[in-house]
Amino acid sequence: MSLELNDVTLTYPDGDGRLTALDRVSLEVPGGGLTAVVGPSGSGKSSLLAVAATLIRPDSGSVAVDGERVEGLAPGRLAELRRSRIGIVFQQPNLLASLTAAEQLQVMAQISGRPPRRARPRALELLEAVGLADQAERRPHQLSGGQRQRVNIARALMNDPAVLLVDEPTSALDHERGAAVVDLIARLTRGQGTATVLVTHDRAHVGAADRVAEVFDGRLRLPAATG
Amino acid sequence: MFVAWRDLRFAKGRFALIGAVIVLITLLVGMLSGLTAGLARENVSAITGLPADRIAFDGAEGDGGPSFSDSAVTGSQWREWARAPGVESAEPLGIATTKAGAGDGASTAVSVFGVRPGGGLGPVPEGVGDDSAVLSEGAAEALGADEGDSVTLASRELTVAAVRGDASFSHTPVVWTPLGAWQDIAPPSGPSGGDGGGEAATVIALTTDGGPDTDAAVADTDERAGTTTVTKADSLAAIGSYTSENGSLQLMRGFLFAISALVIGAFFTVWTIQRGPDVAVLKALGASTGTLLRDALGQALVLLVGGTAAGTAAAAALGAAVSGSDVPFVLTPGTVLAPAAVMVALGALGAALSVRRITSVDPLTALGSAR
Repeated sequence: MSLELNDVTLTYPDGDGRLTALDRVSLEVPGGGLTAVVGPSGSGKSSLLAVAATLIRPDSGSVAVDGERVEGLAPGRLAELRRSRIGIVFQQPNLLASLTAAEQLQVMAQISGRPPRRARPRALELLEAVGLADQAERRPHQLSGGQRQRVNIARALMNDPAVLLVDEPTSALDHERGAAVVDLIARLTRGQGTATVLVTHDRAHVGAADRVAEVFDGRLRLPAATG
Repeated sequence: MFVAWRDLRFAKGRFALIGAVIVLITLLVGMLSGLTAGLARENVSAITGLPADRIAFDGAEGDGGPSFSDSAVTGSQWREWARAPGVESAEPLGIATTKAGAGDGASTAVSVFGVRPGGGLGPVPEGVGDDSAVLSEGAAEALGADEGDSVTLASRELTVAAVRGDASFSHTPVVWTPLGAWQDIAPPSGPSGGDGGGEAATVIALTTDGGPDTDAAVADTDERAGTTTVTKADSLAAIGSYTSENGSLQLMRGFLFAISALVIGAFFTVWTIQRGPDVAVLKALGASTGTLLRDALGQALVLLVGGTAAGTAAAAALGAAVSGSDVPFVLTPGTVLAPAAVMVALGALGAALSVRRITSVDPLTALGSAR
């Protein structure tokens, strides 16, 4: 289980020219490792996450998810890769309003072609792991912001991903609940053995990471171990 | 359908609203279909019930097409058809609209159908004289007359020989008379009428053998006899009131179908736009576009089939309630189920065109600040 980005460059159209979002970025995250990526707004953090999530094809460079190179893969195969080996924790929980907490997780089985009913024990197990065992039948509007974010995290782990990509998980939470969420991600990363990238603009929560990489103007500064 | 079913349950109000619209449109289409068929039956049942497959009208084929009100065939034309190859039976048929009266003062407009007694075209048996008539049930009811009673047709007194069938023509009940009586009541006045041929009538009802050369033989005979022959189904267009009435009602039905497809399409367009963020999330999580399209279309079909079934049941119940009354309503699978099937098909088409925008939803938008 690992995530590898090698010499990735990504540009966007910008008027008559192009804006460089990622400039020859290389990053390797081993299984069970949590790498925090920090940087100011517009520095390229979310672009890095989008490339790692196979949602954008970079202009150059290569991306490998759990050992499989993704450049050249058809859209259908990329979708399959996302549902089977990549877990995404969105900045906003992005939960579906009509589903209960348990069903938010079961839907991952459905989109993978498995009967959602059979996935229910696993969904309840994960909800317990994120401290929401007693909230399984509640819908998003009946949950607090922190609880919704924990459902978001549990959903990302539902299909046992090799890679976990976490996008600003604390942006809508106060400091205490933000710290709890990051600690949860760190614990699950080690427990599940996922290669986790945590993107955040808030350095207050990077203490739980194995290492911290900094992005500035699309360039990734070499990570330093934080213990 | 995992998410689709839950959406249906969660957004009850929204789906109940569009479901009610589908029910009401289906009810309207069902009622209109039954009414159209009922009115058509009152207009043409005497023609559709004829034991014949083609109708020969007087005159060569012109721009205006054949017309029951303008046609007047002669005895010589009938005899030409009677000996034509491929024709098993050629029977003159006189049609006229006149006023009928009964002894107690009851009167009504009727269509008088003159046929040869025992010719098999109408219920006038062989041996019935020119002073007799056979009433359809509608005519008998309107006149309050029964077998053995006297009725007057255009001042001519006739005895009711029997009451048979419920044929009607151009919204009037049919009175069957021997051709001789019909000629007295309503002599043909068209361009070929009254040439002394004896059996002058309005049209000639033909029964052909249906062989491969029939069409050519019919065309040859048309040319020799100076007639225009069409199939029985096509001859309905020669009834002026049927063409205009049926055309208007079918146009209304067509518009209702188009409106239903547009309304359903508009609903699912708005619904799909509202679901855009959810679709982006599901795509980002790895859902294939095909899975999402199947889910959305399945949801539309559940709504369509449910709403159409309820509307069809309501139309059938209402139709059954009114079909025994004076309202001309026909309640058959053709008038109730066929429109329902068209509703579902057109609604599904409208929904399919709407939900296809799922294919263009970019999963990247789920990441929010990626661009």
